[in-house]
Amino acid sequence: MDLHNETVEHNRAEHAGEMHIVRPPVYLGIFFALLVLTALTTGMSYVDLGVFNAVIALAIACFKASLVVLFFMHIHYSSRLLKMTVGAGLFTFMLLISLTMTDYISRAWGRF
Amino acid sequence: MSSTIISLPDQTTARLPRKSYLNQEYGLKSWLLTGDHKRIAILYLISITFFFIIGGILAGLIRMELLTPAADLMATDTYNKVFSMHGIIMIFLFLVPSVPATIGNFLIPLMVGARDLAFPKINLLSWYLYVIGGIFILAAMVLGGVDTGWTFTTPLSTHYLNTHVVTAAMGIFIAGFASIFTGLNFIVTVHRMRCPGMTWFRLPLFVWGHYATSIIMILGTPVLAITLVLVAMERLFDIGVFDPTKGGDPLLFQHLFWFYSHPAVYIMILPGMAVISEVISTFSRKRVFGYTAVAFSSVAIAVFGFLVWEHHMFIMGVSQYSALVFSLLTMLVAVPSAIKIFNWAMTMYQGSITFETPMLYAFGFFGLFTIGGLTGVFLATMGMDIHLTETYFVVAHFHFVMVGGMLMAYLAGIHFWWPKMTGRMYPEAISKLAAVVTFIGFIVTFFPQFLLGYLGMPRRYAAYPADFQVLNVFSTAGASILGIGYLLPLFYLPWSLIYGKIAGDNPWQATGLEWQIQSPPLTENFVEIPIMDHEAYDYEWLANKTQHEVQTVG
Repeated sequence: MDLHNETVEHNRAEHAGEMHIVRPPVYLGIFFALLVLTALTTGMSYVDLGVFNAVIALAIACFKASLVVLFFMHIHYSSRLLKMTVGAGLFTFMLLISLTMTDYISRAWGRF
Repeated sequence: MSSTIISLPDQTTARLPRKSYLNQEYGLKSWLLTGDHKRIAILYLISITFFFIIGGILAGLIRMELLTPAADLMATDTYNKVFSMHGIIMIFLFLVPSVPATIGNFLIPLMVGARDLAFPKINLLSWYLYVIGGIFILAAMVLGGVDTGWTFTTPLSTHYLNTHVVTAAMGIFIAGFASIFTGLNFIVTVHRMRCPGMTWFRLPLFVWGHYATSIIMILGTPVLAITLVLVAMERLFDIGVFDPTKGGDPLLFQHLFWFYSHPAVYIMILPGMAVISEVISTFSRKRVFGYTAVAFSSVAIAVFGFLVWEHHMFIMGVSQYSALVFSLLTMLVAVPSAIKIFNWAMTMYQGSITFETPMLYAFGFFGLFTIGGLTGVFLATMGMDIHLTETYFVVAHFHFVMVGGMLMAYLAGIHFWWPKMTGRMYPEAISKLAAVVTFIGFIVTFFPQFLLGYLGMPRRYAAYPADFQVLNVFSTAGASILGIGYLLPLFYLPWSLIYGKIAGDNPWQATGLEWQIQSPPLTENFVEIPIMDHEAYDYEWLANKTQHEVQTVG
């Protein structure tokens, strides 16, 4: 019976961890940060930086996505298990990109 | 090492329980709006059987056409549609959900000692999405079919064809979410709902296999979904992602498609391996040899599965350096698969083996999966692959894995847990016959295809040179034997629902938690949440328990 109670306690503790209440100023702060970054993306598109236009636009987009995931989706306040779950998705995405790139970057090797 | 001798219980005294999930509520509504994982499993079982029959009929048509060298049974474009629909239905509507959504859905909560899956409503939603996806695919078929092959190769699918590509792609997109939801449910259930004492390394290997499968379902399926959306958008709005005339890259489609579709092969085989672990242990009366190795090999297969997709593209003009890397990585997958096979063989060593139907199917799995797996190593070798890709060798290879491996395992599982699901036994003699007929039919159907492929017969053609006819006649004859092997269970399993012998709680004397409760189980599964106080596959524990059990009569 002890074992059972311990598990219940354990679950309750973890559950309490998930119920973190985020205060409105945090949401508003993130919201304005997203707006500012959107404006920045738009602004940067008027400056000609060659290939770096895309790099900067993607970097800003990644940063914005991270803000959304961390704060709007509460991952910043979540358990390590949930953080790892999100990490697994990112890791798989990196696999997709990096292993696909092994084809694209080396396709023309030896042909010049 | 040693096995425990356990005598099977006397079934003449077995009685059906008065209350179970089957008679808790009556009426169509009680089934269609149920949250009970066991009822959803039955709904899935009925629907995948329906699609299996359709896919099977299409397979029969393909073999009929290939009986003669000329394309004389159907027009060549009809043939393209027939094999495309066969592939799409069998893969997305049968193989992917086959074990996880039916047997897995039924058993995961029972095995971890929970009353249901973590999200019963999402589980029901999963079935509805599956059915809607199925309707889309059926609509595509009835309205005129798709002739891209199940692989939706671009720019063929996005530019050149005028068939129902978008409808079929949407069907797969929707059915994909059914699969994601199943995976999500399993992962959360295994993490959060294990009963007290059920540590990770006390979980049955069935659960480990499904956990690994769920990881692929969740991480892989979204990539397929978005790829098919891109195909649809390129068809409908002419965006240039895959079509080179619009600035796209057709190989990008292949990368994205196979990034899901190769791991999908492991979605199809891992649950089969999960079933085999249970069956082998039960009918050898021994703990699975190398439990930890078998458990981790499932996860290893799931992870390695994501690193090998480019071997589908060796002849498509990918970088040869990159192809070398993928060739090596592909061969690595053979390692965890071999770990499983050797450990199962060691499980049987010195076991007290009996030859009930599930065990016969499991033996079929052994032989056929091993041949299918090893010919995969042939194909991973780049030099061989250039000769064998797009020939019948590939067709034979993946049918050995998918049909010889997974379908055998699925039937092993259905027979093994049939008494638990329905409370009644299937007829033993005829089902043994079905297992043997299936095995023989399978070998006669697909073994000649290895030879055909090696000799150079390409896949996906309705006509072939007359030299190939003898082997094709063998293959078609085998398909009719195989068809009988599959038809038999379709008759005797429903028959057994009414006339089958009453099974009792634990007809196999297996150790899993699911066998310690009544058959068929209560809606709530357990009267009291069990406490797991022994290791998985502990036959000593079961023997002691059976010895000291108080028999109540009446």
